[in-house]
Amino acid sequence: MSGRDLPSFDNDSRAVHQPLPHDSAHKHVTGEAVYTDDIPEPRNLLHAYVRLSDVAHARITRMDVSASRRAPGVAAVMTAADLPASNDVGPVFAGDQVFADDTINYWGQALFAVAAESPDAAWEAASLAEVDYQELEPVLTIDQALETESMVLASRTLDRGDPDAALTAASHRLDGEFAIGGQDHFYLEGQVAMAVPQEDGDMLVYSSTQHPSEVQHLVAGVLGIADHGVVVETRRMGGGFGGKETQPAHIAAVAAVLAQRTGRPVKLRLDRDDDMVMTGKRHDFKVRYDVGFDDDGRIQGVDFMLASRCGISADLSGAVNDRAMYHADNAYYLPNVRIVSHRCYTNTVSNTAFRGFGGPQGMMAIEYVMDEIARHLGLDAHEVRRRNLYGTDDRNETPYGQVVEDNILPQLYDELDASSDYAARRRAVDAFNREGGTLRKGLAVTPVKFGISFTTTHLNQAGALVLVYTDGSIQLNHGGTEMGQGLYVKVAQIVAEEFGVDLERVRITATTTGKVPNTSATAASSGSDLNGAAAQNAARTIKARLTRFVHEHWNVPEDSVHFRDGQVLADDLTLCSFPELCKQAHLARIQLSEAGFYATPKIHVDKDTLKGRPFYYFAYGIACAEVLVDSLTGEYRVLRTDILHDCGRSLNPAVDMGQVEGGFVQGMGWLTTEELSWTDKGRLTTHAPSTYKIPAASDMPVDFRVRLLESGYNQEKAVRRSKAVGEPPLMLAMCVYHALKDAVNSVAPPRTRVRLDAPATPERVLLAMEAARRLHTGAAAAEALEEVDE
Amino acid sequence: MSEPVRFLLGFEEREVHDADPNMTVLQWLRTRAHQPGTKEGCAEGDCGACTVVLAEPDDDGRLRYRAVNACILFLPAVHGKQLIAVEHLREDDGTLHPAQQAMVDCHGSQCGFCTPGFVMSLFALFHNEDRPDRQRIQDVLAGNLCRCTGYRPIIDAAQRMYELGRGDRFASAETDTARRLDALRGDGTLAVSGSGRAYYAPRTVDALADLLADLPDATIVAGGTDVGLWVTKQHRRLETLVATGEVAEMKTIVEGPEVIDIGGAATHSDAMDVLGRHYPDFGELLRRFASVQIRNSGTLGGNIANASPIGDSMPVLITLDTELVLRRGREQRTLPMDQFFLDYRRTALQPGEFVERIRVPVASGDWQLRCYKLSKRFDQDISAVCAAFNLRLADGVVQDIRIGFGGMAAVPVRARQTEEVLRGQPWSDDTVAAAERALEAEFSPLTDMRASAGYRMLSARNLLRKCYLETTNSSAPTRVLEHEEALV
Repeated sequence: MSGRDLPSFDNDSRAVHQPLPHDSAHKHVTGEAVYTDDIPEPRNLLHAYVRLSDVAHARITRMDVSASRRAPGVAAVMTAADLPASNDVGPVFAGDQVFADDTINYWGQALFAVAAESPDAAWEAASLAEVDYQELEPVLTIDQALETESMVLASRTLDRGDPDAALTAASHRLDGEFAIGGQDHFYLEGQVAMAVPQEDGDMLVYSSTQHPSEVQHLVAGVLGIADHGVVVETRRMGGGFGGKETQPAHIAAVAAVLAQRTGRPVKLRLDRDDDMVMTGKRHDFKVRYDVGFDDDGRIQGVDFMLASRCGISADLSGAVNDRAMYHADNAYYLPNVRIVSHRCYTNTVSNTAFRGFGGPQGMMAIEYVMDEIARHLGLDAHEVRRRNLYGTDDRNETPYGQVVEDNILPQLYDELDASSDYAARRRAVDAFNREGGTLRKGLAVTPVKFGISFTTTHLNQAGALVLVYTDGSIQLNHGGTEMGQGLYVKVAQIVAEEFGVDLERVRITATTTGKVPNTSATAASSGSDLNGAAAQNAARTIKARLTRFVHEHWNVPEDSVHFRDGQVLADDLTLCSFPELCKQAHLARIQLSEAGFYATPKIHVDKDTLKGRPFYYFAYGIACAEVLVDSLTGEYRVLRTDILHDCGRSLNPAVDMGQVEGGFVQGMGWLTTEELSWTDKGRLTTHAPSTYKIPAASDMPVDFRVRLLESGYNQEKAVRRSKAVGEPPLMLAMCVYHALKDAVNSVAPPRTRVRLDAPATPERVLLAMEAARRLHTGAAAAEALEEVDE
Repeated sequence: MSEPVRFLLGFEEREVHDADPNMTVLQWLRTRAHQPGTKEGCAEGDCGACTVVLAEPDDDGRLRYRAVNACILFLPAVHGKQLIAVEHLREDDGTLHPAQQAMVDCHGSQCGFCTPGFVMSLFALFHNEDRPDRQRIQDVLAGNLCRCTGYRPIIDAAQRMYELGRGDRFASAETDTARRLDALRGDGTLAVSGSGRAYYAPRTVDALADLLADLPDATIVAGGTDVGLWVTKQHRRLETLVATGEVAEMKTIVEGPEVIDIGGAATHSDAMDVLGRHYPDFGELLRRFASVQIRNSGTLGGNIANASPIGDSMPVLITLDTELVLRRGREQRTLPMDQFFLDYRRTALQPGEFVERIRVPVASGDWQLRCYKLSKRFDQDISAVCAAFNLRLADGVVQDIRIGFGGMAAVPVRARQTEEVLRGQPWSDDTVAAAERALEAEFSPLTDMRASAGYRMLSARNLLRKCYLETTNSSAPTRVLEHEEALV
C-alpha cells in the first residue's frame, strides 16, 4: 500500500502482530468518529467559559462578578468562594486550584467560570467582571528560581562511585551549561469536557482525558461526593501526548461543578489560545555539566545539574524529574556519576507530562556532553558515542543500579552504520563543508535507550473486562484510553487472537470508570503492555473455562483444544464454531465474562536513593540525520533520516511504524521550530499555531527511511514479547539537533565548542554560527581557551 | 429585508434565513447543520482541521474546487456555492471517496482529529490536479497540521488516491450542480441580516463603491482571513460587513505589456500564478505565503489594505514600484504603494475608500529581483524578516536598486538610505559591507516571539550579502530549499 517496508513478526498469528488499520480509521476519514465536542448535545446544555488572570503574580484585592451574574443568558457564575467542597485538582500533591482564591500565581490562571446559554454569552458575561489586584514580584525563569532557591519539591541526587575523584583524576575535563526549551502538546483537539447531572446527585462526565479514574476522583472531590457518584467516559481523544494526563481534571471539574450548581448539563471546551495559556507543557531545563574523560573520549566521571521549570505546583514534576535523572545516562556507561535535580517553582503554568516525561531532557544532557567531548578531542562524535555505550557483560550497570540485561545497542549501531552508509557520508559531509560555501551540512547519529514502566511502581497495574456473548461476539473494555496511538486495536488484536476469531468479532468500547475501576493513566508508553496483558489474562481465563467445557462435553484432551478461524478444534478435528461453543457453554452455565488484571513483575525502587529496578525492560532505537544549513540565515532542512527502532515483536507493525515516524517528527519539532516565548512579565506570547510552529508536511526529512527491528523480541515476558513504543521514538530526533550542532561547528576552528540551546531555531543556529566564526579571531580565541582543560 | 443565504450543502439545497453575518461556516456546520465531522483546531485558519471545499462555476461553467478554512469564513460567503464537508464525500452506496480510502490504506490517521481537514484538502487536490509531485503535495498540505503521524502516510495517501479511480459523484454531477448553483445565486447585491448585523456582497464595483460611500464605517471583507479572527479571537462584533468576493470585475487579472493589473478581490491563489510567472523568486515566496486554504480565500487587495507590518507580499510589491488604484464613490486615485502605509496598521485609505486594483509593472530585462522570507518554519509561517531586492546592474555597477523589508519596522518599508549607499557604486564586497552598515543605521527592529532584534538585523544584513552572492556568483548553492533535493 504505502512505500513503507513493514517486517513480519509472526506468520502464524491471524490478528495480532498483523499490520491492521486503526480501528477508527474508517470513521476518521468520514467524520463519523465522535469526539467529546461532537456528542449530541443534551437538552438545556449550558456552555462554560473560564476567565483567566492577566498577571503572573498578584494578590486579589477585589473580585466583583455581579455584572457577570446579571448578564443575559447566564445561569451560574462560580468563584473559589462558591465551591461546595475542594478547590484543588492536584493529581499527586495539592496545589492546582480550580479557581484562584486570594493569590494569582501565573498568567492564565483560572479566576472564575460562567455557565451560559451559549459560548458567546458566557464569554461576554465573563468579560464584565471586575478584578483588582496588587502585583507581587514573580519568579519567572529557572535562573531566578535557582538564585532564590525557589523550589516546588525538594532537590534530589542520584549518584554512584566517586565522581569528584574521577573528575580530578581524568586526563581531560570540560564544563558548561545549556538550555532545553519546553514544548506545547498541540493536540489538535483542545481540552474539553461535558458534565451531565444524573439521579441522586451523581455526575456523568465525558472528558477528553488519558486518565479517566483521576478525573473521576478529582471531580468527586470538587463536587463533595464519593467517587462512586462520578462516571467518566472517554471514547477517544484528538491527541494527548501527556497533555491530557492531569490537565483534563481541571476542565472536567469546572464543567461538573457548574452542572451541579445549575442542575443542567455543562460543556467546557477551551479555545486554542486559552488552552495553550492555561495548561501545562513539557518542562524546560537548564543543564550544567562537569565531565572527565580519557584520550579516547570515554567518560571517567560526570557531574550533572538538571534544573527544570515546574511552574506553580508539583503536578507530576516529581516523577518527570526523576525520569530525567534516570535517563541522563541514555545509552552510556557512566562509572562515576552525580545527578542533582532541582525542581524549580516559578510563576508560570504548571508544567506536566509530555511524551518522554523528562526522559528526553535527561538524554539531551548526556548527548550534549558526548558532542562536547568529541569537539574537544577532535574526534567524530559518532565514535565517542560508540565507545561509551553500555557493555553487554560488563560496564552494564546504570547509575541507579539496574543492570542493562538486554542491550542490543551494538547490534543497532552495526545495522544502522551499514544501512545509512555512515562512514562514507561522514567523509562527504566533511568534504562539502571544506568547500566553505554558504550552505553547510551536518551529520549525527544518536541512540535511544528508554526505560519502560511508571517509575512510581504502584501505577504499573491495569484491569480489563471481557464479555463474551452467546452469539460468540465479544465486547472488550479496559482501563487504557485511545488518543490515536492505536491502543484499542492492539488490545482487540490480542483478544481476537486468544479466541481465534476475526477482529470484527471484538467490539471495542469506550473507556469508562464504570467498567474498570482505579486505573492508571494511559501514559509512560505502558498502555498496551498493561492493558493488553490484563485483557489477555481475562480472555485466557474465559478460554480456560471453555476449554475445560470442551474437554468435558466432547471428551477430548484439554491440551488438544484450540480456537482458530472462528472454529473450535481438537487437534485437527473441528468440533464446532466459536458461537456454537458459546451457546453450549452458556447452557451449561459456564461464566462467559471476566475481569482481567495485570501488575508488572520485577520492578522496585528505593524512594530515598532512587536506586533499584524502576524499569521492567528498555526500548531501544537509533537514528541518523543529515541536515543542510544556510550559514547566512540559519535556515535548515533535514535532508535524510535513517531510523532503526525496536518494538520487540510488534503487536501491530503498521501502528508501531506510525508511532515511530510520528514520534520522531514530534521530537524534531521540540528541538527545532517549537519555541515557547514569554514576556518579561510572564505572559506566554506563543499561544496559537500562528506563533507556535509545530512541524508541517514539508518539514519531514526529504529522504525518510524508517525500519522496525525485524528481530525484535522482548527478553522480558511483556505481552506477546512486544515492546512499548509510545514515547521512545520521540527521542530519536536528538540526531537532528546534533546534526545541526555539527553543521554549526563546521564554521568553528578545530577543537572548539559552541553553545547551542534547544530548540535550535534558525535564529539560534545563525547566532551560534556567528559565535563560532568569532572564535577564529584573536579575542574570541582567548575566550575559548578558558573553556579548554583546566 | 434580509435575503436568505442559499447554497448547496453537499448536494442538498439549503436556505439559511436571518443568518448572523458573524457566524462562521464552521459554527454553522457543527451547531446548526449538526454535521460535526468538520473540526475546530484553532479558530484562526492555521491548523486546517476545519478545511471544507467550496465549489463554484468558473467562466467556462466548470466547477472550481477550493479548499478553505471554515473557521474564519462567514456563512454568507457560501451563498451560491456548493459547500462540501467530509460527511458528503462517500458514494450513495457507502463506498469511500478515493481521498478517504487512500488515507485508510496508508494508515494516514491516528487520533483522527485533523483527518477530516486533510481529507478535504486531498479531495480538492484530487479534483484540481493529476498526480502532483511530492513538493506540490507538501505545498497543498501546508495548511493542515497533524500532530500524530509525522505526515509520511498522509503524503503516501495523496499519491495513492489517484490509483483508486479518477472520478467521483461530484464530477459526475458537475453540469447539474453548476446549473443548480446558477439558479441559487440570484442577481444584484446580496443583503443578509441577522442578530441585528448586516452583510452585503455587491456584484459590481460601482455597487461596491456606492455601498461603501453610504456605509463608510462598514468592515470590508476582502477574503476575511484576518477579519475572521477579529470575531473568533478578539470577540469583536462586526455590525456591518461589505464583502468584495462577488465583485467579478475586481477578481480579474489583466496581463498588459507593461503592467500586471490585478483586481483588489483577486485571491492570492490566482495572483500568485501570474506574479510567479513574471517573477519566479516572488512566486517562490508566495508559494510559502500562508497556506492553500488561506490563499484561496485571502486576497492581495486585502493583504495590502490590512497593512500588517509582516505581510509577505508588500516588501516585494513596493520594490517593484507597484501602484494602487484606490476608489471612493465615483472617484479614483492612484498612489505609489510605498506611500500607502502610514504607520502601524494605518494606511492612506479614506473612509469609504477601497483598493480597487493593484498595478504591478512587468519584469524588465535588466532588473533582477531577489526575494527572501525568514521564518521559524518554512511553510505556513509569518516571516520574522521578509526582504526583496530589485536591482539593475551594468558593468558591475549598481545602476539602481530598490530594497523592501517586512518585519524590520512598523510598516513594510523601503530601505532608502541603504539604497542610496549602493546606487552608483560598484557591486562589490566593500560596497555591500558599507550598505550593511547603512542598514544598521536605518533600522531598529523589534524583539518579539518570532525573532530577536539582533537576529532580524543580522539576517537582514546577511540577506543583502546573499543577494550579492547570488547576483555575482550564481553557481554556488545559496538556498537550502532549492538545493535540498540535489544535495540529499
